[in-house]
Amino acid sequence: MIKTDVVIIGAGPTGLFCAHQLGVIGLKCEIIDNLNKAGGQCIELYPDKPIYDIPAIPECTGEELTKGLLKQIEPFNFKIHLNQRVEKLSKEGNNWKITTSNKNEFLSSSIIIAGGVGSFEPRKFTVKECEKFENNSVLYSIKDKSIFKEKTVSIFGGGDSALDWAIELSKNSKVILVHRRDEFRGASSSVDKVKKLEKENKIELFTKHQLSKISGDSKLEGIEIKHDDDTVKSFKTDYLLGFFGLIMQLGPILDWGLNVDKKTIPVNTENFETNQKGIFAIGDICSYPGKLKLILSGFHEGALAARGCFKYARPDEKLRFEFTTTSKAIRERLGKSN
Amino acid sequence: MAKITYIEHNGKSHTIDVENGLTVMEGAVQNDIPGIDADCGGSMACATCHVYVKEDWFNKVPSKAEGEDDMLDQAYEPKKNSRLSCQLIISDELDGLTVNLPEKQV
Repeated sequence: MIKTDVVIIGAGPTGLFCAHQLGVIGLKCEIIDNLNKAGGQCIELYPDKPIYDIPAIPECTGEELTKGLLKQIEPFNFKIHLNQRVEKLSKEGNNWKITTSNKNEFLSSSIIIAGGVGSFEPRKFTVKECEKFENNSVLYSIKDKSIFKEKTVSIFGGGDSALDWAIELSKNSKVILVHRRDEFRGASSSVDKVKKLEKENKIELFTKHQLSKISGDSKLEGIEIKHDDDTVKSFKTDYLLGFFGLIMQLGPILDWGLNVDKKTIPVNTENFETNQKGIFAIGDICSYPGKLKLILSGFHEGALAARGCFKYARPDEKLRFEFTTTSKAIRERLGKSN
Repeated sequence: MAKITYIEHNGKSHTIDVENGLTVMEGAVQNDIPGIDADCGGSMACATCHVYVKEDWFNKVPSKAEGEDDMLDQAYEPKKNSRLSCQLIISDELDGLTVNLPEKQV
């Protein structure tokens, strides 16, 4: 079990800057995120798109903003726990205990939810029966490609993941690639390569088709796909892979006894605490009169929530307001020598 | 101003007046019509304001934005008449538009 002052859920810009503010006032924190890298929506949805409304930065990309924020919190050595979703919350004395999807446990006096619109999860096939074979022969990510050797693999999707895996797996497997339209959103070089492999009969390509049915009792046996004009084709297949991008879902946070209104958590604007003492919400996930879903609003909310955590982490101390430019204690925390 | 009709997946219909310049998505969100999530707030970075545009209207609404089809690939059950409602900007010409909402957005 990891003990700390504050657990921050979400490593987007709001969560990262809030960590900075905790570090400045001398508190420790641990950050948890379900993605495989820090940055939240900035890194997952628009890493290359410019942002024009960060104060004093006329233009930067989501990736640049994330890098800058990570650099800014470097002096504090806070740990970011990636690839895991928060699952369970319980009260232990005066502390909160959080368990994540990889069974990591955290104990802290406060929790700051900076979860944006929710955690990113793969979009799944809409054919209901697919659930039966999920993680077994119906997959949304690949951990070990050797399982596909000499097998028939049906890949659905039109982005880079679908194209890259179709190309890679075509070396040792029979690959069927299916996409709902004629154009692909993946890199044009990959599209060219797939079309070349199709000519060489190494990939079977079906555009304007979508999955309509799957068959098999104890194991997946076959699939049926439907063309835009309603004609149907069926195949035998051993594996079914779906790469439809990521969706955002609030997930287990909904069951934590917090007030939730239209997928957001109402907070007070004094310190961004929720209806549960010691649980704060900041960034896109919080709501209050006048709320703007801007990164800069998230920064402000994080600065206040960090200070709101102080009384729970150090009940016997009083927090003194100090400026980073003039406080010796803060400069030391930031690793500056004088 | 245009009268827009939103039909939920269960058949429940809502007709409201939406001001010119707003989007079909904003009309739904501001009037608490269930079935349009609009997680990204209209920046075309998600596919949770997905609607089906009635056939007779499909060619009359503003044409697809660059990248809209890429996002629609990631929608729940996209069809030929799928659109992202954040890209449908209201004008007088859209008076009478009907959109059907998918079973769910995520």
